[in-house]
Amino acid sequence: MSIVDRRGESRIEDRQYWMSILSKADPRQLQKIWENTDAKPDFIHLRQPETGLIMVRARAGGTGQRFNFGEMTVTRCTVVLKDGTQGFGYVAGTDRRHAELAAVFDAMMLSSEDREPLEEWLLAPLAKAYTERRQTESAKSAATKVDFFTVVRGEGPK
Amino acid sequence: MYVAVKGGEKAIENSLKLLAEERRGDSNVPVLTLEQIKSQMAIAVDRVMTEGSIYDRDLAALAIKQAQGDIIEAVFLLRAYRTTLPRFGVSKPVDTAKMAIRRRISATYKDLPGGQVLGPTYDYTHRLLDFDLADHHVNRPEAAPTAPRAVADGMPRVTDILNSEGLIEEEATEPETRQVADLTREPLDFPADRDVRLQNLARGDEGFLLALGYSSQRGYGNTHPFAGEIRMGKVSVEIEPEELGFAIDIGDIQLTECQMINQFQGTAETPPQFTRGYGLAFGQCERKAMAMALVDRSLRSRELGEETTSPAQDEEFVLYHTDNVEASGFLQHLKLPHYVDFQSELELVRRLRGEYEARRQQTAE
Repeated sequence: MSIVDRRGESRIEDRQYWMSILSKADPRQLQKIWENTDAKPDFIHLRQPETGLIMVRARAGGTGQRFNFGEMTVTRCTVVLKDGTQGFGYVAGTDRRHAELAAVFDAMMLSSEDREPLEEWLLAPLAKAYTERRQTESAKSAATKVDFFTVVRGEGPK
Repeated sequence: MYVAVKGGEKAIENSLKLLAEERRGDSNVPVLTLEQIKSQMAIAVDRVMTEGSIYDRDLAALAIKQAQGDIIEAVFLLRAYRTTLPRFGVSKPVDTAKMAIRRRISATYKDLPGGQVLGPTYDYTHRLLDFDLADHHVNRPEAAPTAPRAVADGMPRVTDILNSEGLIEEEATEPETRQVADLTREPLDFPADRDVRLQNLARGDEGFLLALGYSSQRGYGNTHPFAGEIRMGKVSVEIEPEELGFAIDIGDIQLTECQMINQFQGTAETPPQFTRGYGLAFGQCERKAMAMALVDRSLRSRELGEETTSPAQDEEFVLYHTDNVEASGFLQHLKLPHYVDFQSELELVRRLRGEYEARRQQTAE
């Protein structure tokens, strides 16, 4: 079955979601999940992990004219499973293994008949770890929020 | 005249070995790890990423280690490494309104929606040397407190609040088909559009932009700035790879953004209103983002119909001199052998000196 057919089955938003989770995952956690995966699929590289650059764009004033702000390193990888499913990995940075695992898990998500178990043991813990990292960071910043109090300047009681 | 250009190989080889030994320092002291640089010299890493114009904490930390902490040399190393990498594409414009806020302050509104979030800042430190830090056995600092509720998502920009009253200029809109200039591929050309200027300033040397911004504050083309908003935090980067045909999120990067709000008297065509200057930097480079916003506004004087009389308003002067890799290269080329050039200069000065002496003798007689 080709990737196009597969894409017809899953909504693009679903795939965008899991690819984002895989990209933002801590590579060590991803590696650990891979090691604990019982049914590791056979795969070959359609594209070996390679590092390159993405030009990050921004907008003047946040909303105006686009400009090229600066580049970032990105590592990408494409794998194909025995059933022909292609998986893509695009991750920030230079971690080749991270890109490879992201691609393999992407392919596994696409090719599985029943995604629920994968969502449970793959995506859920990754999403949880990411959210927790974010929450902790945010809660620490929230503790530095200024509470202004106004000193009432009055003429005093009459 | 023939000048020997060979020789010195052995001296150079030994100099490189000496440099490597100096870089390592005292071998009884543990070697510095990249993890240590990344986590404990994070702001140096941010500066190298910003001026090196590549977001990659690992590479920037390595560059700092290799350059023995010489930031401009580290920027150079990162720029040189860049040339070995292919360009995969461009991202969608990052949306700083959706930033996961770590710091966000405004000097123009006390009670702005979402509040003033100080985050990690040196602003309130006493700037006294802390000798506790000199003791490497010192215990870990007290854990930073956490608030029960996280910072609100999607904090409105201060400039958008002013916008609702129509008192601040709107950022220019543009057709999405417009070609965005890229200084890494095309040379600088004048007059330079704002996209060119912003890219140039974003890569520019912090010290140079700081001095230019300062000069404008001191009256060389004053722009009457207010720090409308400074925010620092993480945004996600989205790309749309051709083989996929839809956008994907490839990771988060930390940014500092500064929106300067500037007084503007208006012209015959434009009503009096506030104008804007914009600064953006990788990581936590607040001084750089603020300086960039000041200089961006100064460089807009032409389009706003202001008189351009000061260095910070002169786009050729500013944009040609922001790049510290180019500047450093041109400066340091003075160390290269100029033996032949100097020989001919020497001949010239000798001849002129002879003529001068002869004239003096004539007048004396």
